[in-house]
Amino acid sequence: MNIGKLNATNGFDLRDFIVKYGFILVTVILFVWFASTEPTFRMQNTLFSMLKFTSVVAITGLGVTLTMVVGGLDLSVGAIAGLSVTLSAMTMVIYAQTGAVALVVVLLGGALVGLFNAFLIVVLKIPDLLATLATMFTIMGLKLVPVDGQSVSSGLILRDGSVAPGKFTPGFLLIDRAYLGPVPLPVAIFFFLAFVVWIFLTKTRWGRVMYAIGSNPEAARLAGVRVQRYRALAYALSGVFASIGGLILSSRIGQGDISAGNSLLLDAVAVSLVGTSVLGMARPNAWGTTLGAVLIGIVITGLTIKGFPYYAQDVVKGLVLLTALIFSFTLSRRKSRFVPAV
Amino acid sequence: MVSAVEVRNISMAFGANQVLSGVDLTIDKGQTTALLGANGAGKSTLIKILSGVYSSFTGEILIDGKVVTIDSPTTAKSAGIETVHQRIDEGVIPGLTVAENLLFEKIVSGEIPRAVSLKTIVNEAEKIAEALDLNWNRSKLRNDVYELGIAEQQMLILARTLSRSPKLLILDEPTSALSVAESQNLFRFIKNLEAQGIAILYVSHKLSELEQIAKKLVVMRDGKIRNEQSAPFSWDLALKEMLGQQELGERDNFKQVQGTSVTLKLNNVQLFKESAPLNLEIKKKEVTGIIGLLGAGKTELAKVIYGADELISGSMDLEGQSYKPAHPADAVIKDIYLVPEDRAADSMIPNWSISHTATLPFMGDFSARGIIKKLAEGIRGKELVQDLKVVTTSHEAFVDSLSGGNQQKVIVGRWLQSKPKLMILDEPFRGVDIGARRDISKRVRDLAATDVAVLVLASDVDEILDVADRIIVLVEGKVVMDVKAGETSKDKIVNKMSEVA
Repeated sequence: MNIGKLNATNGFDLRDFIVKYGFILVTVILFVWFASTEPTFRMQNTLFSMLKFTSVVAITGLGVTLTMVVGGLDLSVGAIAGLSVTLSAMTMVIYAQTGAVALVVVLLGGALVGLFNAFLIVVLKIPDLLATLATMFTIMGLKLVPVDGQSVSSGLILRDGSVAPGKFTPGFLLIDRAYLGPVPLPVAIFFFLAFVVWIFLTKTRWGRVMYAIGSNPEAARLAGVRVQRYRALAYALSGVFASIGGLILSSRIGQGDISAGNSLLLDAVAVSLVGTSVLGMARPNAWGTTLGAVLIGIVITGLTIKGFPYYAQDVVKGLVLLTALIFSFTLSRRKSRFVPAV
Repeated sequence: MVSAVEVRNISMAFGANQVLSGVDLTIDKGQTTALLGANGAGKSTLIKILSGVYSSFTGEILIDGKVVTIDSPTTAKSAGIETVHQRIDEGVIPGLTVAENLLFEKIVSGEIPRAVSLKTIVNEAEKIAEALDLNWNRSKLRNDVYELGIAEQQMLILARTLSRSPKLLILDEPTSALSVAESQNLFRFIKNLEAQGIAILYVSHKLSELEQIAKKLVVMRDGKIRNEQSAPFSWDLALKEMLGQQELGERDNFKQVQGTSVTLKLNNVQLFKESAPLNLEIKKKEVTGIIGLLGAGKTELAKVIYGADELISGSMDLEGQSYKPAHPADAVIKDIYLVPEDRAADSMIPNWSISHTATLPFMGDFSARGIIKKLAEGIRGKELVQDLKVVTTSHEAFVDSLSGGNQQKVIVGRWLQSKPKLMILDEPFRGVDIGARRDISKRVRDLAATDVAVLVLASDVDEILDVADRIIVLVEGKVVMDVKAGETSKDKIVNKMSEVA
């Protein structure tokens, strides 16, 4: 692989061009193809519903991106989003609290799980992937305990035989259904968070330091950086982001579906990894993750309109990820150092 | 003399950058040829061509008078060219025992059957270790290879290579991690190999070593061979050719100064679990040089003061106040800075620009409400480039793209923006060419003159004599000599260093 890197030529380099712009090009070409062959794809509604559909994965992926920046990877995000769905349902349906209370409970839950990950990784020194894997299984099971393994929806019969007193509040359901002007609220939240993460990672000292940690943690430590605090911060933030994704998901489903969030992990990790290849950055970054999520959204919406079966989606996602990995690892001249070793 | 390996008209370019142009080189059998050149002269490229790492060069390589194709490390090895690279961690296989590492090639080739017991392997390894005069007992051979120190890992890699009896053995700065005694051990190996007719190509910055071991000297600069000599060498001429236009001059005759008040006081500090307690006062306004062999405790001392390692026992006072750093950040807040020993592993962030590298420890000063001040950061990068005369295209260039000497300038320079109280430099001149070494030495002396305590730790006596006002010799965690630099000599220092504690 090193030898291949040396065959540099002067002037235009196709490989560099592909690495830098390949992904954006693929996105644009697919978009144009779907738009020109499928009239429904062109409609504003379809576009926004596509982005709305993508927003949960994208927001969760932004959290994963933060952990990848510090050289880790949070495998518990799907489980956290699932936990958020159950928690919000429990708060509103079983405890008959308001949507606002549910929102606070969910965000706190996400932050707590994130901090628990941080504790496992930073204090107990368990490798990132293994620690978050353990967390994933634990909370996937744990969330079922208080609800006896059932999905929570209004009218649920509780253990003592009574009927659950509450329901999903209209306000809470608005999270997924409201609009800001023409823009669906989840899409607005998605872009707002992408913007915030972009600012955080590229313009603030904390983001800069986090990239340093991901590239060479010992050099960062010897430059006086409190590496473990930043790693803890990344996992806490990742937990919060996953719980925001879970909030939107919960509002969308309108009930405490126990299987919600199960497929989210792979999608969120995939968009973050796809994101590393955008513009040949070879490192996790906010716009990359955003674009990765949008690309997968476009592909899946397009294929669905074209009538491909649902199981084709996973094949396509897999191929998109594979292509991105080839861009990042095989074609890029930059050494990618952002995948944690187990 | 019969030539073992001949290189004819070798050229190579990386893009527009011509790194070698028309190199002709003859390496004779049974003797050591020294290759000298500043960083970026093309030495590494030449070595990598010979060892099969680079294949896109032009020109010919002849072995025993016949043209051979070397286009991969495998073809290089089968042609009889073995290379021991500077990076030690790339040579040992973690997770295996010392004995398995020593016999690794034989295990891979099937010469030693896979299913054999560790006992048999240890028996074999013990024979090799004895034959090579490595003082390794059976329990050491059974240890995981990472329990060896860096010098012993280096010896292991050498031992493994030597056991294959190559035609040409390339040694790239083989002693950079070895102590004097271990280097002498290595030189004995080399003499042995010479007697067997093996050709040695020896790359090093340490002239005294080359003087001792080499019969022929080849000097490179800017991708060309500038000077070839047979022993006895004229070092003056060689260094002039190596450094180009730059006049070499005498050793900088700096004015020795004496420190004033005590900056840092070490009270009964133990560097190793079994070592004697150490008491030391580091004063401001002077450069304190600590010399010691590998394992003397230099790096341990630096890291303890910087809060990067835990203090085993004892205490420290900073300007009369108790000082207990639990993390490097605690040291940085007190204006105690460290330039670590291993640049690539401990200082540099891959693909980071000079500006970014410079501001990392002081992000707070280069941001307002968390937002980085781009402009100030760029200015700081430019200042650093000017202040330390860093040779680079721009302050936005990646630090990893610079030569070793310029990398080190950036790492030293980044701590100079905020006035240190105590500046610790651990082996600051390793892998640094002579020009850069002078620049750094001068800058460090200027720093001490501005009321700063400077601590330089190195294993090379000349490096310390070039920069220090006060000389301390450390042996196994204990101070065995503490004098003013003017009151001692190289011989006396070397004598003390080899003292058995």
